[in-house]
Amino acid sequence: MELQPSHYPARRAAGVASACINYRRGGPNRVLALSNVRRAQLQGHAVNCTAEVLYHLGSQHSAPEVHFTVEGELGKNPDEADNKFYSRIKSLQEPLVAQNIPDSFGIVPPEMEPIRHLAFSACDYIIWQNSTENTWYNLAQIRDVRQVRRNDDYLEFDYTVLLHDFVSQEIIPWQMQVLWHPQHGVKVTQNSRQPKQED
Amino acid sequence: MRGLVVLAALLAAALGTEVFVGHQVLRISMANEAQVEKMRELETMDHLQLDFWVSPSHPERPVDVRVPFTSLQAVKVFLEQNNIQYFILIKDLQRLVDDEKAQMVRQRSRALSVETFNYATYHTLNEIYDFMDLLVAERPNLVSKIEIGYSSEGLPLNVLKFSTGGPNRPAIWIDTGIHSREWVTQATGVWFAKKIISDYGKDESLTAILDKMDIFLEIITNPDGFVFTHTQNRMWRKTRSINAGSSCRGVDPNRNWDAGFGGLGSSRNPCSETYHGPHANSEPEVKAIVDFVKQHGNIKAFISIHSYSQLLLYPYGYTKTPVPNQKELDSIATAAVTALSSLYGTSYRYGSIITTIYQASGGTIDWTYNQGIKYSFTFELRDAGRYGFMLPANQIIPTAQETWKALMVIMEHARDHPY
Repeated sequence: MELQPSHYPARRAAGVASACINYRRGGPNRVLALSNVRRAQLQGHAVNCTAEVLYHLGSQHSAPEVHFTVEGELGKNPDEADNKFYSRIKSLQEPLVAQNIPDSFGIVPPEMEPIRHLAFSACDYIIWQNSTENTWYNLAQIRDVRQVRRNDDYLEFDYTVLLHDFVSQEIIPWQMQVLWHPQHGVKVTQNSRQPKQED
Repeated sequence: MRGLVVLAALLAAALGTEVFVGHQVLRISMANEAQVEKMRELETMDHLQLDFWVSPSHPERPVDVRVPFTSLQAVKVFLEQNNIQYFILIKDLQRLVDDEKAQMVRQRSRALSVETFNYATYHTLNEIYDFMDLLVAERPNLVSKIEIGYSSEGLPLNVLKFSTGGPNRPAIWIDTGIHSREWVTQATGVWFAKKIISDYGKDESLTAILDKMDIFLEIITNPDGFVFTHTQNRMWRKTRSINAGSSCRGVDPNRNWDAGFGGLGSSRNPCSETYHGPHANSEPEVKAIVDFVKQHGNIKAFISIHSYSQLLLYPYGYTKTPVPNQKELDSIATAAVTALSSLYGTSYRYGSIITTIYQASGGTIDWTYNQGIKYSFTFELRDAGRYGFMLPANQIIPTAQETWKALMVIMEHARDHPY
């Protein structure tokens, strides 16, 4: 059965595909976002992408399966910016701590952009794992983030994010532990849904 | 002295804020490629914690770099040793930041005229209500303010009426801010008000509209929620009414209308974001508009504005049955969306609510359509999810400008197709 690209079932599935791809390929200096149902768009650089999204029906929820192919280059090598970010964080005297990114007015301090991109990538894992045909998640805000010092090469951040589900319109707080390394990419090691904010 | 400043910087980092006390911004001019190379070398010295605002690329382009206090000596020595010219662009960045903050605070204080009001920033309820009064005071022959009721917490529900005369002319209704967290909508509402008074007598089409029809604009349709987003919870959507037997407050004002009320696509849980309320029109914010529309009896187009996700929608949300003039609404939507995207390339999708986003019952434009207002539309403004509700203020005016183009298409159609 053909899905109408402008209707929401196709849109939601595309959102899931985009989430999965951004988790695998995203990072502090790279965000993949859905442009329209025919394309996935890297910031400033449009790339064609075909994806197949399989929702598992049944009583036990399991993450949708996503099979994708991306045509051509995924844009210029972000390694230089990644290394710069890596060095900056590694050389901080105190572990990084921040709240409300963006703030109420949509402002993101420039030095927080990589932290935010990392959150997009990590959140996309959570979005991908928790999506159904009746959800449509976006990262609404980073409520807070704190760096966790490690003895090894990885950077680790403990995020509490707010996810917005467009279908239910709910704002869902979610905690996630995120590892990142310029060579090894993003990994969510632990995540848990948090109770809604009280009135 | 130097030791003290370093300590202050460390403390600030621990508290999670960055201070720029003693930081300088240097503008560096490179005479040749060799000097560009030297600058690139400087860029790699991470221990200096330099922040390049402009990166070294070629000799014609000066480089701006923020230098922390502790690195100033080392950087200047490096530049001087290599004969690289520089001057101090900003002597103390913290001073500048503090000044800017103070300026923002001053800007937030009362605007003296419609002309000096800052449209490129988000405002509080009081600032917007003051703006409305300014508008009426400046153009009393064109604008008046009507109080259509009071919110749950007793705030006035203000509607601006733009009219060039006549008793009860056919009218267009526009509302923004029915969901309080959708801040770009109230901000565009303010801009629309200014646009209307600016363009009347200057823009042929808008003048022709106002010579035949009235425009009603409710900028803060949910004032209790709006105040709450400023004071307590930026993500608040609903009204702030008290729900009997529940600790959760508020009703979704876009599920509270008498069109498929209580059906699928709304919730009967008071804690839910889409709680429809105990019965239709239970919310004074909704009832006020219902009473107004019924009493007026001559509204021909009704546009309710939301954010986000860049959509232009027409009824229905509560049922899959298409509206009788679906083809007409679809072609208006096509034209409106084309006009919108002509300005900045912003892409919108459009269609009926139920096919384009989701099933939703008790929605505003389903009710207005069923009242006979056959040009009923809902917008979902910028963006597509990247910032969502927290749209940066520098997008307010572009959003308002492009949305206005789409609104004009709808209003022109209503003007040219009287019924």
